[in-house]
Amino acid sequence: MTGPGPGFIVVHILGKAYRVPEGLTILRAMEHAGYRLVRGVGCRGGFCGACGTLYRTRNDYRIKVGLACQTVAEHDMYLAQLPFYPASKARYALDQLGPSLATLVKLHPELPRCLGCNTCTRTCPQGLDVMEYMARAMRGDLAGVADLSFDCIMCGLCASRCPAEQTQYNVALLARRLYGRHLAPKAAHLSRRVGEVAAGQFDAELDRMSGLDAKALKVLYDARDIEA
Amino acid sequence: MYPDELRESALRVAASRDCRLKEKHPRLAPDEKDALLRGFHPDFREDTQRPVTVGPNSGARMPHELVDLLEARSRFDPEAVSLDRPALQTDVLIIGGGGAGVAAALTAQEEGARVLLVTKLRLGDANTMMAQGGIQAATSPVDSPAIHYLDVLGGGGYTNDPALVRALVRDAPAVIAWLEELGCMFSKQPDGTLMAIHGGGTSRKRMHFARDYTGAEIMRTLRDELLNREVPVIEFCPALELLLDDQGRCGGAVLQNFETGAFLVAHARVVILATGGFGRLHVSGFPTTNHYGATADGLVMAYRAGAELCFLDATQFHPTGVAYPEQMLGQLVTEKVRGVGAQLVNADGEQFVFPLETRDAVSAAIIRECGLPGKGVATATGQRGVWVDSPMIERIHGPGTVRRELPAMFRQYERFGIDMSAEPILIYPTLHYQNGGIRVDPSGSCPRIPGLYIAGEAAGGIHGRNRLMGNSLLDILVFGRRAGRHAASSDLPASGRLTLQHVRRHNREVELAGKGRTIAPMLLPDYVGPEPNAS
Repeated sequence: MTGPGPGFIVVHILGKAYRVPEGLTILRAMEHAGYRLVRGVGCRGGFCGACGTLYRTRNDYRIKVGLACQTVAEHDMYLAQLPFYPASKARYALDQLGPSLATLVKLHPELPRCLGCNTCTRTCPQGLDVMEYMARAMRGDLAGVADLSFDCIMCGLCASRCPAEQTQYNVALLARRLYGRHLAPKAAHLSRRVGEVAAGQFDAELDRMSGLDAKALKVLYDARDIEA
Repeated sequence: MYPDELRESALRVAASRDCRLKEKHPRLAPDEKDALLRGFHPDFREDTQRPVTVGPNSGARMPHELVDLLEARSRFDPEAVSLDRPALQTDVLIIGGGGAGVAAALTAQEEGARVLLVTKLRLGDANTMMAQGGIQAATSPVDSPAIHYLDVLGGGGYTNDPALVRALVRDAPAVIAWLEELGCMFSKQPDGTLMAIHGGGTSRKRMHFARDYTGAEIMRTLRDELLNREVPVIEFCPALELLLDDQGRCGGAVLQNFETGAFLVAHARVVILATGGFGRLHVSGFPTTNHYGATADGLVMAYRAGAELCFLDATQFHPTGVAYPEQMLGQLVTEKVRGVGAQLVNADGEQFVFPLETRDAVSAAIIRECGLPGKGVATATGQRGVWVDSPMIERIHGPGTVRRELPAMFRQYERFGIDMSAEPILIYPTLHYQNGGIRVDPSGSCPRIPGLYIAGEAAGGIHGRNRLMGNSLLDILVFGRRAGRHAASSDLPASGRLTLQHVRRHNREVELAGKGRTIAPMLLPDYVGPEPNAS
């Protein structure tokens, strides 16, 4: 069999072979091959988690995963995207919850069933230590979960590979919201300022400025003092 | 590690770093800035725009790529869709599932309205998710809404609508407090003080952030809250046209199931359009930082319905888009990188602009520098660029700062073998933001179309001709909430019989003008095949 030729690779999308230039991301390789994507594509910058992709390479039995927009396509990759994952999502009223282990377990009764197999950590395209934050969740260490999971983009790949049917990204989001709402120190200057605005403290100055023309504003603007 | 054609210049940047540590490049004087913009900013090039020939803004100049869509015909034959038995009925129909749409949905529901949110892609898939830098709000004792106001007006070239800016800066602290209440994890000092840095064009440190996932943190929090409150959402269901009665009042939309192609008619008391901007039109051939769905659909629908557009001749190029590696072309290098101390330097390792000038000025300065012999750097594919000296951040704040403060950025470069804490990164301006949009009043309503509200990047006038960093995350939440509140409490009389008469009229108008060869809204960009801009 002849190869794809210099500068080209062959990728297998949903079982069909396509010859594409090397160096493209999986997303661009699919488009180059003729796919006009509706699902499995989003921000194209690694932030939104829409393009979770499962793949295998020839002579390797292992299924690997990556974000299509962030993973460079390789020769003889067998690709399938995860267009949607029907994970459960607990419904809750944040202000009525306590920031505790009991809350996590009540909303995620599957949590104690985590096997500690580390598949989630090996799966995470963000390189997060998912199993560690799940371990912290099981200890009720919400601050730890919040910190370790902060860069989660909720692509769902961890959940899709989990033998214990966890929805790690939803546990993490709940922990972060509980932490942000109930445990993180409140910004006192912020609530003060909100009160001042509501009391109309800045209205006279804003009214005066709103009445100035461009020339008068420019004089003020050019004379601004800049905070060091 | 850089290939040969870049390595030599990167070493010159490293060599000049010690000298530059104490060096402050002077800010541009007002007349210098003016000359720089006129000479080098793409908005001022003659060949990038033309006057639109149909509709309410006839005669106004806008980018060719947008005019093509405004002069396009509808996606479907108005005769082919029966409007009388709507599949969906609600009080407030929200079109768009980004930050503005979701903020509007939450607020309208709080006010007691029945809400339905429809979105072209997934809920939360929007530019909001990608905003890394931060969100402005005058919360510190040395700052005030009036100082914020002046920064916004100056940044916008004094062209902004003053009433909209007043609403923006006045609502800002309350928006941050709302997010804090929802459990959004802003970066804070141990005593709870919100961390704050400068952004381009700010006179106070008022850029609040959640590490460098600010937009993602806001979006995933709002999305979770929307799901908790069980607001009905239909994903992968773009709107194709608005519906109007014979008085021009808006009362619904024609939607399409993206999977089956079926049309869905939705009737609503009022409609909020939160469809985002036009980044994926690749104005003037620039790469873009924007989400896949940023195809100006809302502008097209509202324009056909009679809305007035403003400031669409002013496009924001983010000065620092990735120029290398190729796989990241056009993606954003957040302004926060400069906010925490990285300088902009040329091929010889020399500074050429104060790093925190407004975005339009920095973009123009980079384009100018790349045109000077030997001062720009060229990659193997011919992409030009200059350096952001990111290792300077570690020099100023200590080792590990880049990884800690800019984890998203660090991770993305790391995927392609570049350690931005040790090596500078190559950048060139990239299409970032639609400064203009559909004209709105401070309640978010579209003055020409009763029953229609606009929120987010689709709206125009807030930022005038140039938006400052951190005011977009703010604007989508301020005006999303305003639109949601006013829409829910609207006391407009019920609409009459809803029709697509305005679409028929538009189709006739473009045909008479000899236009209408393309169809719109575009819905998705076409990147099939070797599309050069599709990073």
